[in-house]
Amino acid sequence: MALLEIRNVVRRFGDFTAVDGVSLEVASGEFFTLLGPSGCGKTTLLRMIAGFDDPDQGDLLLDGKSLRDIPPEQRPIHTVFQSYALFPHLSVVENVAFPLRMAKVAPAEIQRRVQEALASVHLSEKQRHLPHELSGGQKQRVALARGLVNRPRLLLLDEPLGALDAKLREEMQVELINLQKNVGITFVFVTHSQAEALALSHRIAVMNQGKVEQLDEPSRLYGFPRNRFVADFIGKINMLAATVVASGSDHLELDVAGVGRVLGPPQPAMPVGTRGQFAVRPEQVRIGAGSVDSAGPLSNRVKGRILDFLYVGDVTTYLVELENGTRLEALLPNSAPGRAKFFETGDPVELAWSAEVGVFLDA
Amino acid sequence: MSTRRSALLWATSIAVYAFLYIPLAVVVLYSFNDSRLNAEWVGFTLDWYRTLFHDEEMLQAGANSLMIAFVASAVSTLLGTMAGIAMHRFKLRVLPVLVVTPVAMPEILLGVSLLIFFVQVLNLTLGLFSVLIAHITFCVGFVAIVVRARLAGMDESIFEAARDLGATPWQTFRLVTFPLILPGVIAGALMAFTLSIDDFVITFFTAGVGVHTLPLQIYSMIKIAVTPEVNAVSTLLMTLTLGLIILASRLAPDALRSES
Amino acid sequence: MPKRSAERTTRWLVSGPPTLFMLLFFLAPSLIMVLASFRYPGTFGGLAPMFGAGRPGEDTGLTLENYRFFLSDFIYVEIFIKSFAVALLSTLICLLMAYPLALLIARSPKGRRDLMVLLVILPFASNFLIRVYALMILLGPQQALATSLNGALALFGLGRVNLLFSSFAVVVGMVYVHLPFMVLPLYTNLEKHDPALLDAAQDLGANGWQRFWRVTFPLSLPGIFSGSALVFIPVLGMFAIPDLLGGTRDILIGNLIKDQFLGTRDWPFGSMLSIMLTVVVLGFAAIAARLSRRDGAREEA
Repeated sequence: MALLEIRNVVRRFGDFTAVDGVSLEVASGEFFTLLGPSGCGKTTLLRMIAGFDDPDQGDLLLDGKSLRDIPPEQRPIHTVFQSYALFPHLSVVENVAFPLRMAKVAPAEIQRRVQEALASVHLSEKQRHLPHELSGGQKQRVALARGLVNRPRLLLLDEPLGALDAKLREEMQVELINLQKNVGITFVFVTHSQAEALALSHRIAVMNQGKVEQLDEPSRLYGFPRNRFVADFIGKINMLAATVVASGSDHLELDVAGVGRVLGPPQPAMPVGTRGQFAVRPEQVRIGAGSVDSAGPLSNRVKGRILDFLYVGDVTTYLVELENGTRLEALLPNSAPGRAKFFETGDPVELAWSAEVGVFLDA
Repeated sequence: MSTRRSALLWATSIAVYAFLYIPLAVVVLYSFNDSRLNAEWVGFTLDWYRTLFHDEEMLQAGANSLMIAFVASAVSTLLGTMAGIAMHRFKLRVLPVLVVTPVAMPEILLGVSLLIFFVQVLNLTLGLFSVLIAHITFCVGFVAIVVRARLAGMDESIFEAARDLGATPWQTFRLVTFPLILPGVIAGALMAFTLSIDDFVITFFTAGVGVHTLPLQIYSMIKIAVTPEVNAVSTLLMTLTLGLIILASRLAPDALRSES
Repeated sequence: MPKRSAERTTRWLVSGPPTLFMLLFFLAPSLIMVLASFRYPGTFGGLAPMFGAGRPGEDTGLTLENYRFFLSDFIYVEIFIKSFAVALLSTLICLLMAYPLALLIARSPKGRRDLMVLLVILPFASNFLIRVYALMILLGPQQALATSLNGALALFGLGRVNLLFSSFAVVVGMVYVHLPFMVLPLYTNLEKHDPALLDAAQDLGANGWQRFWRVTFPLSLPGIFSGSALVFIPVLGMFAIPDLLGGTRDILIGNLIKDQFLGTRDWPFGSMLSIMLTVVVLGFAAIAARLSRRDGAREEA
């Protein structure tokens, strides 16, 4: 049985439908992420799980029991707030001890478990400090320790890394993964950052306009986006107008504008004649001067000219214009030090990709 | 900023400070002056303070003022804190208008409307009780504004965090909300106390002949004649309010600032 | 849902007592006063009885007589106009005195600002009667101020003037008592200005005066409006300062109202005057609020 079950939940604010019929299940021990742009309804959903808001329709169940009418303080669910929400008048220790006090845990036991929780987030010093004396990263750790100390069934994290700088954010990501593994508590994580979601989660629900667009493992989400929104929101992708020419069990054959015949991975359910977009990631597109030579068979090839390039250190992205004016991006790792690019603007090049990559999107 | 314009700013500012302080300094100075007239310095004396402490009417008025200020500030702090919390927590339409309007209107309006109300509707003999009610009515708003300002500066998710971590609404209030607004409540209480003990206009209309407060006593004295006894009582009152301000700034350093 | 009904109970418990108290002792008296302004005075002063039968010969009905009387005699309208003039003048003088001071405080080092602000609040904390009394001493006929002025006037062959018990003293008193109300909102506004704005203006070629008139001053308008409201409104209703510092002819709205309630005891007429004052004050408050909101929005954009 799923630990948390969300059944057809709807939440409206006046004319605006923040959450529009969401159903999903979170398994015990999972690191589950709600990903989407701001205003997609992910935070509203999180607040309903925590108990700060109630659904207009549908139900939320924990261990198969409805959470309806259970106030936040009686739910075995704790939240790490975006602003951390540390009590400014209480020290680090008192903040972490707060949920244990509320649960009337014996003082000696409180003492032991607070120390344990602080150790687990590597914050055993600064115990007597007040929140305003801590750095952003330290506040984050206190908030985590406070959320975990009473071992909730579910820990909700509302964009907890949003306020940290880039370097610290990466460190905390690794720590979060390890922490979740060690304590074995189910995490429901909310973020608008696809990189964070991909790095941390077991499964991700991509939300848009109150609905779940796709729910999948990170690699499948990235590799096989189900629609244009997901493809566009997660990572960079080339989109080309295309029509299904033949749909077999080993290949999908497409007519792609500006490229011609393209073979892609099979999508047997896709009927012939369907119009849509062919999407392929820049790093899956090989690029070569004149023609691409490769060990494996590259079924799809097309000629073009370098229009522009963007050097970002580890890789360079090349913008290539095909003969009919269609533009495609291809990505090349910079293996030669001191060289920003392998081609000049205007160079004729060939682009190629295998029949195993790319996806046809009819929505 | 050029030095010339900066000098100009300084000069006007010092003149303004002088304008604020010189008259008060003169009051204090003449309270120690051995002359019936507030005209020229004759010599040092404490006679006026001695006269003051034998002035039964003045002492009674002082006692009344203190009593009224204590009760009025206690009640208005309670009501004002509730109003401040309610105005912040719930989207209320009526309460903010009811509480803030008396603060913004000229005092005379509240004074005369309460006068009509007490005499004509409640059929009350004006006195201690009517003055108390009147003081509470105009102090509630000040306390509510200070408490609400304190709450408005706070991260709303703190209160949700408390509930989330297992605190009931009452525990949340006791362990989180109240300790956090306490400096605002204390500042509000001190403000209510000062406003009440200083109030002249509203008291003037609601006291009737039944009760005299210090400001009423001072008014009737200076209306008749300027005497150094008034200087003495003024000096004492200034010392008292100065003490209260220092106390307030010690207890709630930011509350004073946020109010301004 | 029990959760939501618990919420509703808390809401009533917290907002109920202050709401009830203010309804009873603020709103009810205000409404009674409106009603009173449409009634006749009682035989022995006050109002004709509100409930039950009056004494023989007393009129207990409603009437527009008070309003008609107010408009029929120019003397009342004149007092309103004079009160406006005094309030306007006091506000203007307060602004001229407060602006340089507020600017200086806002541009002082952070550590010094709190002390400078405290020095403005401090005199304001002493009872206003004491402050008025202080002026009575200072402006008195035997004081240095009056004697030297009259000495100077005598040199030019002019007659003696009285500083105390004059319109001049009334305005000085109004300014003296209300000055901090102007300084504080101005300072709060000026303190928030980003100093980079002035650097940018200078960088773009604005000289000192241009920087002030084109950057600082327009940005400080919300502070000016709220400070002006805080001075203008109480001055309009003030009766004690004209009472103590003014001459017999320096009567303002406040004095007029006071006399109706404690002097001649024509409560309906006094109520009518209070209603007129309320309307005027609300009008000004609305204008000030709208102006400062509009400029505040512009400041944020």
